[in-house]
Amino acid sequence: MAMLDVKNISKSFGSTHVLKDISFSLEQGETIAVIGVSGSGKTTLLRCLTHLEQADQGTVSIHDKVVFDGKSQKSLSDRELRQRRLHFGMVFQSFNLFPQYTALQNVMLASQLLAKERPDYKQNHKAIHREVEEKAKSLLAQVGLSERIGNYPHQLSGGQQQRVAIARALALEPDILCFDEPTSALDPELTGEVLKVIRSLAERKMTMIIVTHEMAFARDVADRVIFMDVGYIVEQGRAADLINHPKEERTKQFLARYASGQ
Amino acid sequence: MFLTVTLSLLQGLATTVKLFALTLLFSLPLGLIISFGSMSRFKILRYPVKTLVWVVRGSPLMIQLLIMYYGPGLLFGWELLPRFTAALVAFVINYSCYFSEIYRGGIEAIPKGQYEAGQVLGMTKSQIFCKVVLLQVVKRIVPPMSNEIITLVKDTSLARIIAVYELIWNGQTFIKSAGIIWPLFYTTVFYLVFNGALTLLFGYIEKRLDFFKC
Repeated sequence: MAMLDVKNISKSFGSTHVLKDISFSLEQGETIAVIGVSGSGKTTLLRCLTHLEQADQGTVSIHDKVVFDGKSQKSLSDRELRQRRLHFGMVFQSFNLFPQYTALQNVMLASQLLAKERPDYKQNHKAIHREVEEKAKSLLAQVGLSERIGNYPHQLSGGQQQRVAIARALALEPDILCFDEPTSALDPELTGEVLKVIRSLAERKMTMIIVTHEMAFARDVADRVIFMDVGYIVEQGRAADLINHPKEERTKQFLARYASGQ
Repeated sequence: MFLTVTLSLLQGLATTVKLFALTLLFSLPLGLIISFGSMSRFKILRYPVKTLVWVVRGSPLMIQLLIMYYGPGLLFGWELLPRFTAALVAFVINYSCYFSEIYRGGIEAIPKGQYEAGQVLGMTKSQIFCKVVLLQVVKRIVPPMSNEIITLVKDTSLARIIAVYELIWNGQTFIKSAGIIWPLFYTTVFYLVFNGALTLLFGYIEKRLDFFKC
C-alpha cells in the first residue's frame, strides 16, 4: 500500500491549464524527484499538495486517508485545513525564514503555537517549552548548525538559512517533506551543504518530494523521478533508469540539453 | 514681557500637545481598520473606503476643520460641537486616512512567502499576522510614520481657523494686544523642541528594531 496517493489532480489559473490529470504514488521512506523545465507545473504540484493552492479536481490520500478532495475542499473549516496541511512540510526556494526570529526561534515557533492548543498546556507549559526547545536544538544539530542557533537569518549565509528552513519544516514531523527547488536561490558553492542535508534525510528514510534542477543529485538521491512537461507527467520511473535511459522523446530532449550544459 | 509671552505660549502648547496626543490615540488604531478596509477582497467595502481616503487626503485639512465645526449647524441646524472637539474629530479623520495608507504600504510590502511559510507550518491567520507579519510591518512603517507624526505636530496649528487656542493662536494675539510680532516667531522654538524630542524617540525605536533585517 502506498503511503501517498495522488490521483487525477488538475489545476488551471484562468484559461491556463497548469496541471493536467496528475497521478502518482509514493511509498513510505521513498524519495521522489520532480524534474522538468520552468513552467512545466512542478512547483504548482507541490503547492497543491501543501494546500497553498487548491487543485480544481482530484484527490490526495495519505495512508488511505483522504487529505484533499477537489470536490469537497471548499467546505473545510480553517481548523481542518490546518490539520491536513500538517501532513506535509515545505521547504521553499527562497527559504522564507522569519527575519525577526533567531534560527532556534524559527524552528520552535510553530511547535510552540501548536502546543498551546494542547489541553495540558496550562499545567505543563514549562516542560512543554523545554521539550520543544530540546527538539529544535537537536534538529539544528542534525543540519549542522549547533553553533548558529542564536543567529538571525540576515546573519546566516543562504545555505545556512536553507538548512534552518529544513529544520523548521522537520520540527512538526510531517509525513512527507516537500522541497521546491531548494538550491536554486543559492550560489553554486553553497548548494553542496544543502544537498548533503537532504541526502542524509533520504538515508534516514524521510519521505520526500523534491522539485529540482540538479540532475545528478536527482539520480543519486531519489528513488524515483517524475518528468513533467506542460502540466503532464510525461514519464516516471526509477531514478537511474529515467535519467540514464529515458523512453519518451520529450524526456530525451530535456535531459540532452542538461547533459550539454544547455 | 518675555515671561508673560512664554507663559501664554506654554498654555497654547498644552492645547497643541493635547490635540496632538488625542489625535494619535484615535487615529493610529482607526487607520489600521481603514487600511484593512482598503485592502478588502470585497468591492462593496473597498470602494467606499478608497473613496473616503481620496476625499480626505485630497481636500485641504483647513476646509475639513471648517466643515466639522460649521457643517452640522449649516446643514442640519444642529448645535455646534465644542471647538476643540470639532478640531479633534477633523484631525482624527484626516490622519487616520494618511496612516491607513502607510499601514497598507507596510502590509503589502511583506513578501507572500512569509504568509505561506506560516500557513504550511499550520499557523492560523491571526497567528501569522501577530507573530510573523506585525513586527516586520512596524519596522517598515517607522520612518514614514515618524514623518507623518512630525507633520501632525505642525498641522495642529491649523485648528486656529476655528478658534482653538493653540500655540500659534496664542502667539498671534500679541500682535493685536501688544503690537509685537516676535512671539509669533518664538512659537517655532516650541515646535522645534517638541519635534526634536519626537525625532529622538523615533530614532530610539528604529534602533530597537535594528536587530533584524527584512
